[in-house]
Amino acid sequence: MKVYDFPDKQGHFGPYGGIFVAETLIAALEELRVQYERYRSDAAFQAEFAHELKHYVGRPSPIYHAKRWSAQLGGAQILLKREDLNHTGAHKINNAIGQALLAKRMGKSRVIAETGAGQHGVASATVAARYGMECVVYMGSVDVERQAANVYRMRLLGATVIPVESGSRTLKDALNEAMRDWVTNVENTFYIIGTVAGPHPYPMMVRDFQAIIGREAIGQMQEEYGRQPDMLIACVGGGSNAIGLFYPYLDSNVRMIGVEAAGRGIETGQHAATLTTGRPGVLHGNRTYLIQDEDGQIIETHSISAGLDYPGVGPEHAWLKDSKRAEYAGITDDQALEAFHALCHYEGIIPALESSHALAYAARLAPQLAREKLLLVNLSGRGDKDMATVAQASDITF
Amino acid sequence: MSRIPAVFDNLRQQHRKALIPFITAGDPEPAMMVPLMHELVKAGADIIELGVPFSDPMADGPTIQRSSERALKHHVGLRNVLAMVEEFRRDDAGTPVVLMGYANPVETMGYGTFSARARECGVDGVLIVDYPPEESAEWVKHLLARQIDPIFLLSPTTPQARIERVADMAQGYVYYVSLKGVTGALNLDLGDVAAKLTQLRSSISIPIGVGFGIRDRATARAVAGLADAVVIGSRIIEEIENSPKARILTNVYGLVKNLRTAIDEAGPKH
Repeated sequence: MKVYDFPDKQGHFGPYGGIFVAETLIAALEELRVQYERYRSDAAFQAEFAHELKHYVGRPSPIYHAKRWSAQLGGAQILLKREDLNHTGAHKINNAIGQALLAKRMGKSRVIAETGAGQHGVASATVAARYGMECVVYMGSVDVERQAANVYRMRLLGATVIPVESGSRTLKDALNEAMRDWVTNVENTFYIIGTVAGPHPYPMMVRDFQAIIGREAIGQMQEEYGRQPDMLIACVGGGSNAIGLFYPYLDSNVRMIGVEAAGRGIETGQHAATLTTGRPGVLHGNRTYLIQDEDGQIIETHSISAGLDYPGVGPEHAWLKDSKRAEYAGITDDQALEAFHALCHYEGIIPALESSHALAYAARLAPQLAREKLLLVNLSGRGDKDMATVAQASDITF
Repeated sequence: MSRIPAVFDNLRQQHRKALIPFITAGDPEPAMMVPLMHELVKAGADIIELGVPFSDPMADGPTIQRSSERALKHHVGLRNVLAMVEEFRRDDAGTPVVLMGYANPVETMGYGTFSARARECGVDGVLIVDYPPEESAEWVKHLLARQIDPIFLLSPTTPQARIERVADMAQGYVYYVSLKGVTGALNLDLGDVAAKLTQLRSSISIPIGVGFGIRDRATARAVAGLADAVVIGSRIIEEIENSPKARILTNVYGLVKNLRTAIDEAGPKH
């Protein structure tokens, strides 16, 4: 079997990825690429990263057997990789720490970030406080409104949150604005991208920092179950938690399924199911699948979960789809909400709405499979941030 | 060959520098575009840069971003922009037109289809902001096959090896963005520009245009003293934005004419 070794030197995953940015950003990306290459194989850097993940984040995150829910579904066993138990409540912190350690070594005193649901913004604000750096977070004004609690958390942590009023005022516009900040302040500023998208080396670097999820899972599964799961299931917006789980398994035979936001239904056009409905193009520094119109303009997406509400997807997912190594499916807002409530009810765990998409897919699949089958679902974040959204969906006001 | 080299040859003989205004196609409305392009030529434009509206103009500041949003309200896409150039060509066979925009509309149309259609409509050069030389081999091949000039950006942070790479690929002119940051930013260090242009000229034989940060007679005159062409974008877009619709053509004419005389005052330098 050929060992998986993407991306190539220029950051390509097959036809996807690459560096599609204006000349003004090239030097900054080159500096980042060189520095990351250096620290990627630097024992002291990796040791500090591992130390922070253990003592600050609280890793390893456990694998939890959702026995009651599995029994209720009446089929395969659902196992949860508990990224929701990380410090700050989601997988985003793994990558934020990795990039902040790199920023520190590169002598950057200021970090910026874009955020959708706010989880990556909170993670960035957290590490900026932890390492004593200034932090500016760009967030679409629509998201600022629907994730008010996370906005307050970022401010408590000392970050400046800048609402972005351009375009659709969501994650993609926050990304545009963060890029603009970076190109203007590149000398003292490190841009912490939160997902496996953007120009090379970001998709590779974020993947590497998130791959701790899959590496832990391989060891934990062997130790606790004596074998690997039959299937990995993770939600995909940009796709960082999914890549983090999938990547260490790429050379195995384990099936992997990425679950996108089908929003109000694929047929309504109000969704964020990029790999299911999009076609390749160039946005935010890389070539990948995009949700776009016939002129190549990027279309506004919809998902009940702000973290999945993105018209692109990481280029490595585009490649895994085309090469058929991973499969991708859609889950609607309603299906995700149903799984959200089920996990609360049967397991006493409040999942993030993003992760609820992966849970919903597992819930549909499990009853069709034998009881011995093991589905490992990445529970990428906790749902405390989603209280207002879920309450509103149930017509409850506080 | 495109129309661009002849324009620079003529200017050189007259010891003058090129004025290249930038406007976004379809801003403020599609019907005004072709008259606006003719007005720019009347006011002294040597080459017109026409922005192709894009939903996510990452490298642009708020002014050009807003102009893109206004054009998109009228659903102006790449196909419409090409049709505008075609219409402009009916009354102006000589002024070069350069399209400037982002990759995705071109990706959607396809390199082959785009290049053929652009040639047919009378496009002379194309600058795709997010196609750096590394990702441009196929793209440049398609443009050159249709005698369209591939235009590239150079920035204050571009190292020597890349300058040489751009020198190999670029035709028509290169576009030096004279400061870091996005379009429409305010600070311009002329000393830096002069030093960098000297460096660029040792590798680059085609004309060098300078843009980003040129807003008034003084900066236009100063940049004209250094570069082969002065590119002015955000300042013109602001004029369009701030003028009542009935005054747009007149006001833009006045602004560009004024900058033209400032550029011509720079006189021959090299």
